[in-house]
Amino acid sequence: MNEKIMLSTIAHGRSGDKGNHANIAVIAYTPDGFDWLRANLTADVVAGYFAPMQPSRVERFEATNVLALNFMLHDILAGGASRSLRIDTQGKTLALTLLSMPIDIPNGLERMTRQLPV
Amino acid sequence: MSTLRIGNACGFWGDSIDAPIRLAERGRLDYLTLEYLAELTMSILALQKQRNPEAGYAGDFLDVLERLTSILTKQPDLKIITNAGGMNPLSCARKAKAILDKAGLIKKIAVVSGDDLLPQLDTLLKLHPLTNLDTGADLASIRQRVVSANAYLGAQPIAEALASGASIVITGRVADASLTVGPAAYAFGWDWSDWDRLCGASVAGHLIECGAQVCGGLWCNWRDVQDYSDIGYPYTDIADDGSFTITSDAGPGVNRETLIEQLLYEVGDPARYLTPDVVADFTSVSLEHVNTRTMRMQSAKGKPATDTYKVSIAYRDGYSASGTLVIAGPDAVAKAKRAGAALLQRIGCMFDCSNIECLGAGACAPGVVTAPANPPEVVLRVAVHDSQKAKVERFAKEFAPLVTSGPPGVTGYTTGRPAVREVFAYWPALIAKSAVQSRVEMLS
Repeated sequence: MNEKIMLSTIAHGRSGDKGNHANIAVIAYTPDGFDWLRANLTADVVAGYFAPMQPSRVERFEATNVLALNFMLHDILAGGASRSLRIDTQGKTLALTLLSMPIDIPNGLERMTRQLPV
Repeated sequence: MSTLRIGNACGFWGDSIDAPIRLAERGRLDYLTLEYLAELTMSILALQKQRNPEAGYAGDFLDVLERLTSILTKQPDLKIITNAGGMNPLSCARKAKAILDKAGLIKKIAVVSGDDLLPQLDTLLKLHPLTNLDTGADLASIRQRVVSANAYLGAQPIAEALASGASIVITGRVADASLTVGPAAYAFGWDWSDWDRLCGASVAGHLIECGAQVCGGLWCNWRDVQDYSDIGYPYTDIADDGSFTITSDAGPGVNRETLIEQLLYEVGDPARYLTPDVVADFTSVSLEHVNTRTMRMQSAKGKPATDTYKVSIAYRDGYSASGTLVIAGPDAVAKAKRAGAALLQRIGCMFDCSNIECLGAGACAPGVVTAPANPPEVVLRVAVHDSQKAKVERFAKEFAPLVTSGPPGVTGYTTGRPAVREVFAYWPALIAKSAVQSRVEMLS
């Protein structure tokens, strides 16, 4: 079995709500990490990961200027802020859930981890 | 004037009431903005106004204003812009004036309104279907249940109010970023088709609108926050060319990570962030580290604003309640699931919707996160929703008996019966700008 690390080793992020949809920004720490995200963290991968929560579709946008991918997970909030019966009605924690995703150790990991000072 | 300084010290109704005082004392601001209205806040305010024609605004603002009076005496040029007016900006402004009068402060207060579409909703519906942006459904299907309908106004009426000499501007529903764009456009005399400058100010407004979230709040690298007790609130220094810096003088300050996390917060396509003032391209902005507390952003590119306003409509959608109990000891998850299922069975009726969760076992992302094998305790949370209030009330009464009649290891029942709350569902729509007339009145 391949050794795994968490996505959070090479990226940070934040999530929030738009009605019944949630967005998750995944931000690479370095340009090499961004290249890895672009190639590997596809909309399909994110949709598959969150499949148990039944998003109707997942869109991916790129913000190259800030080394970030932004995912829109449609209809994932079971009704959204007012209507959802879940504890996380607004998807506030979804970014941390995605950042906890196990990934294969990328080649050149040392060029993708957080470099201090930020 | 070289740059204009705008600080935001309130990101939602319920945010720290000390933050505005601290930021105003520290920040040497030209403008203090205070943002109170989430998507569904207006429905709550609408009902308050139905019960009491004097109510329907964010009352926290008046407490904050009262505490700001000594700072306003020391800093006579400080201006305040807030959407605390909610469903009743005029009433809010009158109360604000009473507070200022009592403190011996003479300030011109402006009221921005016209966002409330409910009074003319049926007339509007003849020409504007207000189709649900997400589902494509026709508003007619829920028209009788609508409690509020507000257009998100832009920066123009705020700038107009400032041009009329207002020191305090109290609005109803206005796009959050417009609270920042208004004073910048007024101060620099920007044209309303100067898309790049409007974009720069909109990005700045978007970054500070959630208060501490841009300067340490929610930051993924939370261990780098030395002290959360004084987290700091942000301000922006905007230049005439639309470039700006974001700074926080307390807490961890603003850095590349805190800034980008907030830049993309609650954003769809970052190349097309729609505001009433401009279509902002967040991907066009370049970032530069200035020092440990400040980041600079420039070269923002905007596109022409659309010809529609977003409309936020809330409608009655039944009742809900949720209750929690702690379940501890061996097999906590299994016991919690049994207890939750038993509760719903005992009530003996089907709800339109119900949900049993075990907090501590992956409930925030159900099915995605693997639960730990045997947590020492979990929180059982059961929530129901139904169109009939009586059924939800029955649920609320049946919750407590689980303490003595369910599996062992139950504790933490200290909050009393679950509260039954009326649910307001959210209906996003668009309306032609030409159908909405914003108003600016000066309170004499």
